[in-house]
Amino acid sequence: MSDIVLRQGLVVGESASNLGDVLIVDGRIAEVGPSIDAPSGATEIDARDCWIGPGFVDLHTHLREPGREAAEDIDSGARAGALGGYTALVAMPNTEPALDNVAMVGYVLERGARSALDIAVAGAITQGRRGELLAPMAEMAALGVRLFTDDGVGVQDPSMMRRALTYAKPLGVRLAQHCEDELLAASGTMNESSFSSHLGLVGRPALAEELMVLRDIELVRLTGAPLHFLHLSTERSVALVAAARGEGLPVTCEVAPHHFTLDESACATYDSVFKVHPPLRTAGDVAALRAALRAGVVDAVATDHAPHAPELKDLAFDEAPAGMLGLEHAASLTAEALGGQADPQRFFQLLSRGPAFIAQLRHGDARVRHSGHGGALARGEDANIVVFDPGVTWTVDRHELASKSRNTPYDGRTMHGRVRATIAKGHLVVSDGILT
Amino acid sequence: MIDSIRGRSLLSLDELSKEAIVEILDMAESFVEVNRRSIKKVPALKGRVVASLFFEESTRTRLSFETAAKRLSADVLSLAVASSSVKKGESLRDTIATIDALGIDAVVLRHRSSGAALQVSRYVPHVRVINGGDGLHQHPTQGLLDAFTIRQILAERTGTSGLESGTAHFEGLRILIVGDIRHSRVARSDIAAYATLGAHVRVAAPGTLLPEDIATWPVTVATDFDDALAWADVVCLLRLQSERGSGTFVPSLSEFRFTHGLTVARARTLRPETLIMHPGPMNRGVEIDSRVVDSSACVVERQVSNGVPIRMAVLYLTVAGSHEGVQL
Amino acid sequence: MGHEEEPQARQRDLAFTAKSQLLSSDDVARALRRMAHEIVERNHDVSSLSIVGLQTGGKSIASELASLLSEIVGQAVEAGMLDVSFYRDDLSRNPIPTSATTHIDDDLTERTVVLVDDVLYTGRTIRAALNALSDWGRPRAVQLAVLVDRGHRELPIRPDYVGKNLPTSLDEAIVATLDGVWIGTRGPK
Repeated sequence: MSDIVLRQGLVVGESASNLGDVLIVDGRIAEVGPSIDAPSGATEIDARDCWIGPGFVDLHTHLREPGREAAEDIDSGARAGALGGYTALVAMPNTEPALDNVAMVGYVLERGARSALDIAVAGAITQGRRGELLAPMAEMAALGVRLFTDDGVGVQDPSMMRRALTYAKPLGVRLAQHCEDELLAASGTMNESSFSSHLGLVGRPALAEELMVLRDIELVRLTGAPLHFLHLSTERSVALVAAARGEGLPVTCEVAPHHFTLDESACATYDSVFKVHPPLRTAGDVAALRAALRAGVVDAVATDHAPHAPELKDLAFDEAPAGMLGLEHAASLTAEALGGQADPQRFFQLLSRGPAFIAQLRHGDARVRHSGHGGALARGEDANIVVFDPGVTWTVDRHELASKSRNTPYDGRTMHGRVRATIAKGHLVVSDGILT
Repeated sequence: MIDSIRGRSLLSLDELSKEAIVEILDMAESFVEVNRRSIKKVPALKGRVVASLFFEESTRTRLSFETAAKRLSADVLSLAVASSSVKKGESLRDTIATIDALGIDAVVLRHRSSGAALQVSRYVPHVRVINGGDGLHQHPTQGLLDAFTIRQILAERTGTSGLESGTAHFEGLRILIVGDIRHSRVARSDIAAYATLGAHVRVAAPGTLLPEDIATWPVTVATDFDDALAWADVVCLLRLQSERGSGTFVPSLSEFRFTHGLTVARARTLRPETLIMHPGPMNRGVEIDSRVVDSSACVVERQVSNGVPIRMAVLYLTVAGSHEGVQL
Repeated sequence: MGHEEEPQARQRDLAFTAKSQLLSSDDVARALRRMAHEIVERNHDVSSLSIVGLQTGGKSIASELASLLSEIVGQAVEAGMLDVSFYRDDLSRNPIPTSATTHIDDDLTERTVVLVDDVLYTGRTIRAALNALSDWGRPRAVQLAVLVDRGHRELPIRPDYVGKNLPTSLDEAIVATLDGVWIGTRGPK
């Protein structure tokens, strides 16, 4: 593994940022300072005008392997993540078969160990994600799983969710919930509003999400177990979680870039690339989520990267599967949402340090197999670093993606900010904005 | 608080004072001796009628009670639900009334509903009711024979008599109870006995197998199972019923064994003098590995054999202590 | 007619108040020595004797008799103990005594049992002891040694060896131990 030196970027620490160089030797940060003498043979990376910070951690990626490798697999997903500045991905368990036992979890961890990034696994809460019987969380935790979710769906039965929280609490793991009441959301395909009515599409009301958020906040209060709320999409959901956190409850939340960038009006073209669960919401919700990001009310940005083979997304709106890509564009969209005077501290908190805490992938966490992420950029830390240029603008071309799939809603959009270099597990995997 | 069960029903160990419990343990010592004779019988309850009503299947406990009654020379009426009219919908009250019409002095009752023993004692207040296990609530004689077994073995080790030791062996004794506390009447009775006698009790279980209000119980919840095993002087394992271990409360039997089973590896970390107990029946390979059952630290056989003397003591104290009738 | 319980049944609720001491410990020692000689005289083969004290009053007296016999014949004589609580016929009227245990080593078949008790009164305790003994085999003979016989028999039971005959009235009580014999009354504490 060759040495790497990053030159003259803004090194964004946990509480302060300083202009300087970062030297990486043998996969670890060897030195951080205003000007470093690099050893000969070290790869030089120009980081002028860039932010240097801990590599991003995605709490919510659908890698589709095993079962749907045509849409994405662990390697292609890792490459897409690297381009997006990610050094760790948490793979969601709604694969086929589901990641609800040690055999399947072990498989994904093994495959992930050979990819460019650190691939962590979120195990299922219930067997088969059917919401009826507990999955062997303790056995999966012994392999290093720290997050559990039935994502794709939420756990519908409140007594089951209560028992899952009670069971998980002493194990030191965190449950995560996709909040949508199935009965209220029913066969809806976009947000329920005058838009859906006008378009003749059945709607998924905001209450389907908010009711489960309310329910689960109370279950957290009852059981004392920590809970992470996945892809919150409405103003009210975020406000509820913020209030709960203010009461001292152990709750965290994430928002996805599409929910703070696009609103329900995008569905007017019936292009199923805009179909997602929970759906794109109102303009008011989008504005509220952006404000929440800036105010530090949200703990993490998570992509909910959901690849689908092109032939599936070419179906009619109500027949197509829900989900859109996100890994390669999340950072840019986050920088944009934070505004012109974007605070780099907040940027890395949302994309890296916040999620690393929730996923228990930080240097101080007891990690079974992965390296440390979301660090302070201090000497000795594992080298999981991203160099991000906040000033460059570029245009998205859906045919130029590292992902195997093409279902990005940002095709043709002008992006502000781009990843220049990614160092994952000590290796330079992206340089000059392209995979090495 | 009840200071003695003489002439009373025995419904729950929660209600008994330390004196009441010690009285039963001391009385049981005499019956241990009776059980060693070649003629294992005394005429103490001659002419009395003891009915055993087991609405829940349990061959072992029922036989233990019936043996105890017979060794006291009582007449035993045995009702096993399968062959009775209770299955056809006759209520608990009617069953009791029918049997009572035959003139019974005591009834030993096991029922799947918590509180059944108390209810029966209200229907037939002149009859001594011995709770043989009611729903999830209590199993007093199991708690008593477990405490008796501990005292007996610890007394043997120090070359003293259990009888003379009173509660000395329990004071500060470290007892760990493992498993499905939530659904276990044995756990409730054990904890009541051990706490009353002065022991320090810890519990270890998956979160879903602890009752919600465990913080109010006279126990400490162990956060690390392996540390708790090293701490314990006595480890009591509870049976995990298969329906509980099939995903509703615990994902699987194998995960339960992984987190809380007394495996061979874990048993090796126990101190050599630590006792291993189990109220039975055991799920070998789930809460306890087979080889651990067969080790010398496991005193299950003693528990089983102490069942009869304890039940004789209970029957003798409750029935003979009543103030009715004299016989020659 | 309601009788006081025999002293062997130690009632928790009643306490003994002594009126006067009738025998000193020396008197008791002399009486027991004399009884021991009588036992030897009557039973030529002491090795076929089983000395059995009744719990709890006859316990120390039986031990003392056994050691006296050992001295006289020059071989070890052991005393067993018998708890007759479970054989009493008046269980319902009398509270259950605190448990004391039975220690009888051998099968008593063909042995001569000498039952030993502190005070002989109505005879019911001895009758319970005879019932109990039948669970240990079939003795060739059973003899009875008591430190004090206070009369008032309700059953046809008679002692073979008596330390002292003490006629009493029904409202009096007797306490007889190795330390001496007292007469007095029993009443609530």
